[in-house]
Amino acid sequence: MYQFDYHRAQTVAEAAELLAANDENTLIAGGQTLIPTLKQRLAMPATLIDIGNIADLNFIKAEGNAITIGAATKHADVASSPDVAKHLPALAHLAAHIGDPAVRNRGTIGGSLANNDPAADYPAAALGLDAKIHTNKRLIDADPYFTGMFETALEEDEIITEVTFPHPEKAAYVKFPNPASRYAMVGVFVAKTPIDIRVAVTGAGADGVFRMKEMEDALSSNWSPDTVTGIKVPEDDLLSDLHGAADYRSHLISVMAGRAVAATM
Amino acid sequence: MALVSMTVNGKAVSGEVEGRTLLVQFIRENLALTGTHVGCDTSQCGACVIHMDGKAVKACTMLALQAEGSTITTIEGLAKGDDLHPVQQAFKENHGLQCGFCTPGMIMTAVDMIDRIPNLDEETVRAELEGNICRCTGYQNIVKSILDAAETTPA
Ligand SMILES: Cc1cc2nc3c(=O)[nH]c(=O)nc-3n(C[C@H](O)[C@H](O)[C@H](O)COP(=O)(O)OP(=O)(O)OC[C@H]3O[C@@H](n4cnc5c(N)ncnc54)[C@H](O)[C@@H]3O)c2cc1C
Ligand code: FES
Ligand code: FES
Repeated sequence: MYQFDYHRAQTVAEAAELLAANDENTLIAGGQTLIPTLKQRLAMPATLIDIGNIADLNFIKAEGNAITIGAATKHADVASSPDVAKHLPALAHLAAHIGDPAVRNRGTIGGSLANNDPAADYPAAALGLDAKIHTNKRLIDADPYFTGMFETALEEDEIITEVTFPHPEKAAYVKFPNPASRYAMVGVFVAKTPIDIRVAVTGAGADGVFRMKEMEDALSSNWSPDTVTGIKVPEDDLLSDLHGAADYRSHLISVMAGRAVAATM
Repeated sequence: MALVSMTVNGKAVSGEVEGRTLLVQFIRENLALTGTHVGCDTSQCGACVIHMDGKAVKACTMLALQAEGSTITTIEGLAKGDDLHPVQQAFKENHGLQCGFCTPGMIMTAVDMIDRIPNLDEETVRAELEGNICRCTGYQNIVKSILDAAETTPA
């Protein structure tokens, strides 16, 4: 790792000020992505601003028809939250299957959404549930938030503060984990919210997480696994790497989508 | 350099570290507690698992300064004098190790899972070991050791 300074922020305002002060300053939350990256010398921050201990970013709140989760909330806390289990069991299941127990004890929802790894799990839930991503500057809808692989609508000095998920009528997440890393080879989040029906696919898209409109339309007329298993995502839009070729991923998407719909019934 | 202080295995400790000093480096090099191992640089092997404020974490994927003010248990903190911790004893009795390199991390992960999950079964133990890699045993006797320890540990 290159040399850097470390600063533990006490408030979001303090973190924001420090982040804006120097282009080379970087946030660290759980560090489960950033520290491995630093070890590979793929990043060279001046100061790491630790937002992991900010109390205002560590909470899970069930209010009205939505659940709001603070950005620095750990995967393990989402997985074991009674509120999440009650209103959004699909999200509890998703969080419980990220990486391994030690990763879940440190990694955060905000870090996962900010990083937008094409194989990460939370982006599928955020897009599949039409989540609202709150930052220290504004509120961003999930659709315009995810702009490409490892790319988001976040500005350089913007901090995710919390994420709001509506209670869906039905929802499920099924992933085919990479047997070594547990990241998604393909993960499909299906949801029927009061507003619309969504199918979000992670692990497979050449531009990161994406919605599968054709499946969404088919499910609107008939909510059943058979409706989606016959629909194929064109291979041109999919990742092809040592873990799996595009045609294999395309097949997995149809199968995982079918299983996800079945899991809601 | 900055000063970092924490409680490790019941003792207050402190030391001078750089921003980039990993917690595992601080534990091994400053405190000379070399039971916590480093088996990879990709955060995948779990040889470095310790407990911070009661939770299993990878000491190679944290900065020492992130542990400021925390309470840490390493593998050296489990035994009471000459009496092995029940999980250590179970690994000994069930041949839960061969070379022993992964063992500290395996045991720290096992202690945490037994504390957290009542009525452990084999499938759960295997799923919970996702972040701990062993190159020798094929996991069979590690799983057996953990199930044995879980049975003998009062809930
Ligand atoms: C062995 C292993 C297995 C894993 N398996 C999976 C898996 O199966 N599925 C999965 O989805 N993930 C997996 N992960 C990744 C894990 O979920 C990370 O926790 C997550 O990707 C990043 O969260 P973090 O809090 O650790 O972020 P950090 O590493 O602290 O930060 C990541 C990036 O996000 C930025 N950032 C952090 N918080 C904010 C914020 N609030 N606002 C703006 N920017 C922010 C940081 O500056 C940094 O660029 C795995 C990781 C490891 C090490
Ligand atoms: S040394 Fe920490 S996970 Fe390998
Ligand atoms: S006993 Fe050798 S690595 Fe596990």
